[in-house]
Amino acid sequence: MVRYIIRRLLGALAVLFIVSLVTFGLFMVVPVMTGASPAYLYAGKNPSPELIANIEHGLGLDKPIPEQFYMYMKGIVAGRTDLTDGTADGSRPCPAPCFGYSFRYQSPVWDIIKDRFPVTLSITVGAAIIWLSLGIGVGVLSALRRGGFADRASMVFILLFLSLPSYLFAILLLYVFVYGLKWLPPTQYVPLTESPVKWFQALILAWITIGFGSAALYARLTRANMLETMSEDYIRTAVAKGLPRKTVVRKHAMRAALTPILTIAGLDIAFLLGGAIFVEKVFSLPGLGLLFVEAIGKQDLPVIMGLTIVSSLFIVVANIIVDVLYSAVDPRVRLS
Amino acid sequence: MTQTIDSSASLPSAPPTSFLEVRDLHVTFPTDDGMVRSVDGLSFKVERGKTMGIVGESGSGKSVTSQAILGLHNSTRAQVSGQIWLDGEELVGKSSEEIRPLRGNKMAMIFQDPLSSLHPFYTIGDQIVEAYRVHNKVSKDVAKKRAIEMLDRVGIPNAAKRVDDYPHQFSGGMRQRVMIAMALVCDPQLLIADEPTTALDVTVQAQILDLMRDLQKEFNSAIILITHDLGVVAEIADDVTVMYGGRAVEQGSVRDVFYSPQMPYTWGLLASMPRLDRDRKGRLDPIPGNPPSLINLPNGCVFSPRCVYRDRVGAACVTDRPDLTPVSDTHRVRCHIPAEQSQRIWLNELNPNL
Amino acid sequence: MTITTSTESGTGVPLRPDALLQVRNLRKHFPITQGILFKRQVGAVKAVDGITFDIANGETLGLVGESGCGKSTAGRTIAKLLEPTSGNIIFNGADITGYSRSQMRPLRSEMQMIFQDPFSSLNPRHTVGTIVGAPYRVQGSLSDKDIKTRVQGLLERVGLNPEHYNRYPHEFSGGQRQRIGVARAIALQPKLIICDEPVSALDVSIQAQVVNLLEDLQSEFGIAYIFVAHDLSVVRHISDRVAVMYLGQIMELADRDTLYSQPRHPYTHSLLSAVPLPDPDSGSRRERILLTGDLPSPINPPSGCVFHTRCWKAQDRCKVEVPLVREISAGHQIACHFPEDRPVFGQGGQTIHGPAPTDQELAAQERDRDLARGGAVTGENIAHETELGWQKRQD
Repeated sequence: MVRYIIRRLLGALAVLFIVSLVTFGLFMVVPVMTGASPAYLYAGKNPSPELIANIEHGLGLDKPIPEQFYMYMKGIVAGRTDLTDGTADGSRPCPAPCFGYSFRYQSPVWDIIKDRFPVTLSITVGAAIIWLSLGIGVGVLSALRRGGFADRASMVFILLFLSLPSYLFAILLLYVFVYGLKWLPPTQYVPLTESPVKWFQALILAWITIGFGSAALYARLTRANMLETMSEDYIRTAVAKGLPRKTVVRKHAMRAALTPILTIAGLDIAFLLGGAIFVEKVFSLPGLGLLFVEAIGKQDLPVIMGLTIVSSLFIVVANIIVDVLYSAVDPRVRLS
Repeated sequence: MTQTIDSSASLPSAPPTSFLEVRDLHVTFPTDDGMVRSVDGLSFKVERGKTMGIVGESGSGKSVTSQAILGLHNSTRAQVSGQIWLDGEELVGKSSEEIRPLRGNKMAMIFQDPLSSLHPFYTIGDQIVEAYRVHNKVSKDVAKKRAIEMLDRVGIPNAAKRVDDYPHQFSGGMRQRVMIAMALVCDPQLLIADEPTTALDVTVQAQILDLMRDLQKEFNSAIILITHDLGVVAEIADDVTVMYGGRAVEQGSVRDVFYSPQMPYTWGLLASMPRLDRDRKGRLDPIPGNPPSLINLPNGCVFSPRCVYRDRVGAACVTDRPDLTPVSDTHRVRCHIPAEQSQRIWLNELNPNL
Repeated sequence: MTITTSTESGTGVPLRPDALLQVRNLRKHFPITQGILFKRQVGAVKAVDGITFDIANGETLGLVGESGCGKSTAGRTIAKLLEPTSGNIIFNGADITGYSRSQMRPLRSEMQMIFQDPFSSLNPRHTVGTIVGAPYRVQGSLSDKDIKTRVQGLLERVGLNPEHYNRYPHEFSGGQRQRIGVARAIALQPKLIICDEPVSALDVSIQAQVVNLLEDLQSEFGIAYIFVAHDLSVVRHISDRVAVMYLGQIMELADRDTLYSQPRHPYTHSLLSAVPLPDPDSGSRRERILLTGDLPSPINPPSGCVFHTRCWKAQDRCKVEVPLVREISAGHQIACHFPEDRPVFGQGGQTIHGPAPTDQELAAQERDRDLARGGAVTGENIAHETELGWQKRQD
């Protein structure tokens, strides 16, 4: 087991290395090759050639590309001390994990990500709670009452939220609850530690937008899985043993039906942790998604790269966690 | 058109003397295409210590019958009528919750595919303990001891160690032993075995049949053995019900059915299988055609469209439903061919050519 | 006439050089690998482990044995749906062992396969006409109209209504689907059809219909069959010669009557004695041999004679020395040090028990099961995928 996790972590490092290599190539090497040095993005309007040269030197862009990549990777692991803003005394300390300095914010990328991450985390956790409880609840219920009223009602719910585009839903929510009914103040993110109430008010619409949409999807998956599991031979065995229906459903059917759903949930959550771009934008929540949008708008390459690597880290780690959990639930899966 | 004599109106309501008695059982599934009459007026009796073999091909209603006895049919999708008397208690009118204390306790079931019939996520010990504790208020430790005892009894080597293994860690034959141990853990008086050896190899099948015979002697249980394999029935059953199109077409002691069968379908089954204990035939004699649709059952005898002896009787076969008529104290046959004539056909035309 | 010259397979088995199909010392091992990026082989499932036999034109060879004995793998390897690990397959005089897929394509018209499951081996989205006509279309020499005429002729020949040309597989019953499979297989008038459990999914009354059909086609077109099945009575009915397999090896091979009336290998005896007979009184008339335990794992087959762990006649020699296949009478080959002499349905009433497995053996079995499961690829997976792959091209 431990050996398996170590092997998987090594594999994950390899994946992250490749992701870094590709993003580095895409954002740092390709522009240089096409003659548009990233230094121009950094320098502001109409820079002098000296300034460009200085910046290039400060960013290490004048070094051979393999060395640049080596420095970049080394920075992530051990931090960098060689970054300057191009002036003689403009040394920029960048402790590990160092993804470089943001062109726009003039501060280490990692600090910005650290700063923004709690917002995205809040969105993700809240939304996941909604979609898992609602989705699985509705799915199980409709599978058990197949063809009954609850089943048909949940079908309507599923169809509605699967077909309703989330941008429409988000804007609808915004108009109804913020501008129409005025139940909620115009969104302004406040950290949980500062004011739980305001934090909640700022996030609830985002949670609902993501939560309901995903809940519909999860309800459909859960329903299908539950129906399939309920027709399995081992469920018939459980009934034939004389177990109460409650035990059959909870202990025998749900455990088998929900295991694959948790796998998908793990990956969905990891994906969302990389930033809920659209929802953050609509509700002006300064999370990683919004940061990504801003970074792209400003061509803030170090931030884009840092975010790409961090979000792939989430996915790779979630994959490992999901696999380990799966093997804990399903004894047929062996980790070796 | 004549009706089966034992129609529901004339059913006796007095509790029977047999341990299990099924009277005029009907199981119908309404579907979009029409009513599927899976079991259509089936009656039989089983005593403790005896084995009733129910033989039939797919769609004959044999498995549906077994699940009806255990009350496993979903009441929203299946309509069950008739009477099932188990030890003086009538089961058909009971709700699922009322039958539940009997399931796994007084009557238990083993299924065809032991791998898919065991929950893959729980150890076999857990699953047997669960079966025991749902009917017996004992601690987990006591139940586990009981589980090990049962596993040992059904011939699982190293039972004390293997009780903590998962189903996939056993071979097919061992899994069926586990299923048997689980079914017998509460000392059921009725055991329903639905194709218990069909998924197993022939040498393992021999072991399992041997085990079932031993256990029956030990526990004095009544067994209903459902199978398509005439060899298995001959080996283990005391009485046989041959089913076709949801009805019993021939019923009798195992010797009645194998040594003097009187229904053309039973003949067809015996003639179509190659037999190791006879000289090799040049050609097999298959039953022509295909099994009937259970939605549109043929008029008259259900078997008449495939029956090669139809012409010897005349129109009755396609217009009148034959009744299950006694030809001796133990033997009943549903066929328009007069008993004497069918005996002659069997002795002179069929038996020599098997 | 048989010529006892061939020692190439190391067995001294008489072979017929004029045979349609010659199988020499054929092996199919499925590697078990571990590791994520770098796979290393940690063992092999020895599904088929050195089998040798011949089939003449128009002959039926039954391959019989319990699940896991390698009979299906043998059939698929001979049809080249699986790559042989070693040995030779000589079909129609040509050594096809190393043939690539494209080299095999022209041969597909001469060597066909029929599968067990008539539900999954037909593409549900194709009409019967498309499925049965596929072999002609692959050949490409006939017009659509000619193909239709031929296909309808084939459907009629296998007992289906030619007007059902445009129906889909799900509209047919199991027996009818198997007839469709048969029609497809005989479309190009092959010389050899490998039938993999062709009737085991069918009801008894339908089984007989398909068996008769196969026999009729054989006498009409002179097709040779390899009939892979676990049902000893069906195999006896249809085969001219029968090979009994156990753990990837042929234990006994003889003509049908000899094998069933005077079997010499203890394993054949135990198989025959285990078949339940539709005769309630037979129990008291026949000998009963109850093998204990399960089939050992094909990953670590027992040393010496692979059957020794379950054989009631096994002696020390059986544990160390592999019994060579030898001919004990004309055309009757067995691999056993101590052949059995008793007739098979002889002195009844008495029960012979095989030796109980030792704890070590049980532990080893468990370990192997784990290994097989943990390994990246199991034999079954490979066989399944390859079969489907071929099916798709066929359809």
